[in-house]
Amino acid sequence: MSQSYNRGTVEDFGRWREFTAGMWAWIFHKFTGWVLVGYLFTHIAVLSTSVGVDPASAQAGSDLYTSTLSGLESLLIVRFLEVGLLAVAVFHILNGIRLLMVDLGVGLESQDKSFYASLLLTGAIVVASVPTFLGGKLL
Amino acid sequence: MAQHYSSFDRGGRRWLFQRLTAVFLIGVLAFHFMLLHFVNHAADITFLGTQARMSQVSYFATMWLFLVTATFHGVNGVYNALVNQGLTGTQKNAVKYMLGAAGLLLVVQGTRVSLAMTTLV
Repeated sequence: MSQSYNRGTVEDFGRWREFTAGMWAWIFHKFTGWVLVGYLFTHIAVLSTSVGVDPASAQAGSDLYTSTLSGLESLLIVRFLEVGLLAVAVFHILNGIRLLMVDLGVGLESQDKSFYASLLLTGAIVVASVPTFLGGKLL
Repeated sequence: MAQHYSSFDRGGRRWLFQRLTAVFLIGVLAFHFMLLHFVNHAADITFLGTQARMSQVSYFATMWLFLVTATFHGVNGVYNALVNQGLTGTQKNAVKYMLGAAGLLLVVQGTRVSLAMTTLV
């Protein structure tokens, strides 16, 4: 039998020391969501270099889209930002699955453990992916 | 039963659509990351390679639906986060229409981009 708790509002960030696992999950989900929506707008802006590509330069691989992407990928900072993006996306996906389970009432009693599992799995996937993201040609 | 706590109105459609788009996005976002970072390395992406992928009907349709659902999920998520922070009245309406317009513009520009990448049209 579950009980009713009054933990106060999660929007009151000043009392973060009192936050429980579920409240941290809520904050991380909002934060990663803000990052992902910001990235979505940036991503479409970068991909807009594909509009009006000259077919001849595309054949030669010197078109604006190809050179913009390879130029960005040649910067080490961009590779690290991509690893950060992966971390944010993986956590948002895993915690999103957790939220869908909570919504369906599945495993409510273990919602704190599934938050810790999301964090651990995110960390493991990100660490395992670092060599892939840092591989390939760099400046 | 723990206290009911939600960013959404009870019985609201925004809650349902946020969840439905989430289910789709879980798979497509993971697929997108896998394909464009692990199968094809991002540093090796070329316009011709992108065009070859985007000229398959199923891939094009998946990516365009990805654009629309991700935009809705993101913009609706931001709106709900702001409502959570206590946004009400005229400010709430102004934010709603601004986010709606930003989302619409993103879908229009994203559609232009996807059409520029394909030989289907």
